[in-house]
Amino acid sequence: MEVFFQQVVSGLATGGIYGSVALALVMIYQATDVVNYAQGEMAMFSTYIAWTLLDKGVPYWWAFVLTLVISFAGGVLLERIVIRPVENKPILTIVIVCIGLLVILNSMAGWIYSYIQKPFPSPFPPKPIMLGTVVFGAHDLGAIGVTLVVLAFLYAFFRFTTLGLAMRAAAQNPVSSRLCGIRVGWMLAIGWGLASMVGAVAGMMVAPIVFLDPNMMAGILIYAFASATLGGFTSPGGAVLGGLIVGVIENLVGTYVHFIGTELKLTVALALILVVLVFKPSGLFGRVAVHRV
Amino acid sequence: MALLEARGLQAQYGWTKVLHGIDFAVEEGGITTILGANGAGKTTTLRAVCGMVRTAGEIRFAGQRINGRATEDLVRLGIGHAPEGRGTFVNLTVEENLRLGAYARSGGGSVAQDLERVYGYFPVLAQRKKQAGGTLSGGEQQMLAVARALMLRPRLLLLDEPSLGLAPLVVREILRIVRTINREERVSVLLVEQNAAVALGLAQHAYLMETGRVVMSGPAAELRQNDAIRRAYLGY
Repeated sequence: MEVFFQQVVSGLATGGIYGSVALALVMIYQATDVVNYAQGEMAMFSTYIAWTLLDKGVPYWWAFVLTLVISFAGGVLLERIVIRPVENKPILTIVIVCIGLLVILNSMAGWIYSYIQKPFPSPFPPKPIMLGTVVFGAHDLGAIGVTLVVLAFLYAFFRFTTLGLAMRAAAQNPVSSRLCGIRVGWMLAIGWGLASMVGAVAGMMVAPIVFLDPNMMAGILIYAFASATLGGFTSPGGAVLGGLIVGVIENLVGTYVHFIGTELKLTVALALILVVLVFKPSGLFGRVAVHRV
Repeated sequence: MALLEARGLQAQYGWTKVLHGIDFAVEEGGITTILGANGAGKTTTLRAVCGMVRTAGEIRFAGQRINGRATEDLVRLGIGHAPEGRGTFVNLTVEENLRLGAYARSGGGSVAQDLERVYGYFPVLAQRKKQAGGTLSGGEQQMLAVARALMLRPRLLLLDEPSLGLAPLVVREILRIVRTINREERVSVLLVEQNAAVALGLAQHAYLMETGRVVMSGPAAELRQNDAIRRAYLGY
């Protein structure tokens, strides 16, 4: 039973990270109908920025906040420079631009920082925490906490601020938004900035577990896709919950289903995507999109 | 002095020209209507004023030339638009819809005060303020569109066929409120309508459009007496 609880908690920790990346995907998807395939590499690059700051001796939480600021600015710039010119082009064009961005960011990180794995520190004590007879990793619990704080912040931002409201409006009805004086293009750019920020948090939380290297987000992006698909690409809350479910399923299946083990865990994510798309394409919490043609 | 004035206004979608050089004006504090059948270019005229379609010719608002300026900037000059199809944010609440109307507002006063003001005009919106915009009836959504435009505290209110698809009683109610707003807040109004009886009862000045051209204009009272208009648009 102890093993079960440990696996569930560490599943929730990684699940929170999948959920964060899924949330970043969903935020951009909702605003632009585009899946940003470069989301994972953006997060990876942000994590390298954090690593550079830490390497220069900046204290952890300062480096954390600075990384968020830089990631936000980077996300906004990417949207303005790379996505803006193709904004009104067919979706396939934008997808290809995103994939190009993925390759560029990946190679740039390899070129600047090399492909050798680097250890990345956790802000939480290495000492495990005992609850009753069950042992939990402090980083696991900390990562869950950080993820929850980020989600609460985003929820409050979208729910209670005028800018958040304007961003929801711009995603829903761009024409009407312009008639209200909302600069829709900038709202999209800010959306990219926020998504990039959320990705940065995910990157910094996952790096202590998987080690930092340019390909560290490749697998996580697939889990994030599974999470967003399960929760529904139209539901931010669903994407996060989907992430937690995927994280827990992944861990339990890896532990209890012996022929899967750690080697075949990623397959579970892909199988999940397939099952959801076949039986409930809108996901658990998504809306069915109705298009007038 | 005219608050809004268009001279030789042309507009086109891609290669298709929709407005072939029209002239019209809205007096400061006045109500002007543009009448016409489907496809006459009425909606395009409003879109041209808002910078939502490519134009040639001249549009002046409060003395300055506004052609080619971005929609978002024109809103900041005080042009409120209740658009064709009502433009409801269907997944946002009624109150959020209204708050968005005040997004680009300049000048003092709290948004809360303005909410009270428009709820005073449209009490039904106050009852529905927590409901999603998409759950409102057509008439309520039209009220929401007008109320959203009012949240801007506009100098000029553009109304695109507020009578479309609504019961006569609802239309009368909405237009009664438009008249009140025009009188009490000195908001100038440009009303585009197919329903000539309703529009000519409200406006001081009227234009009649056919296939992208103004074919007749004059005081509303005069157009109402005109035999051709009576037969074609008023039906008696």
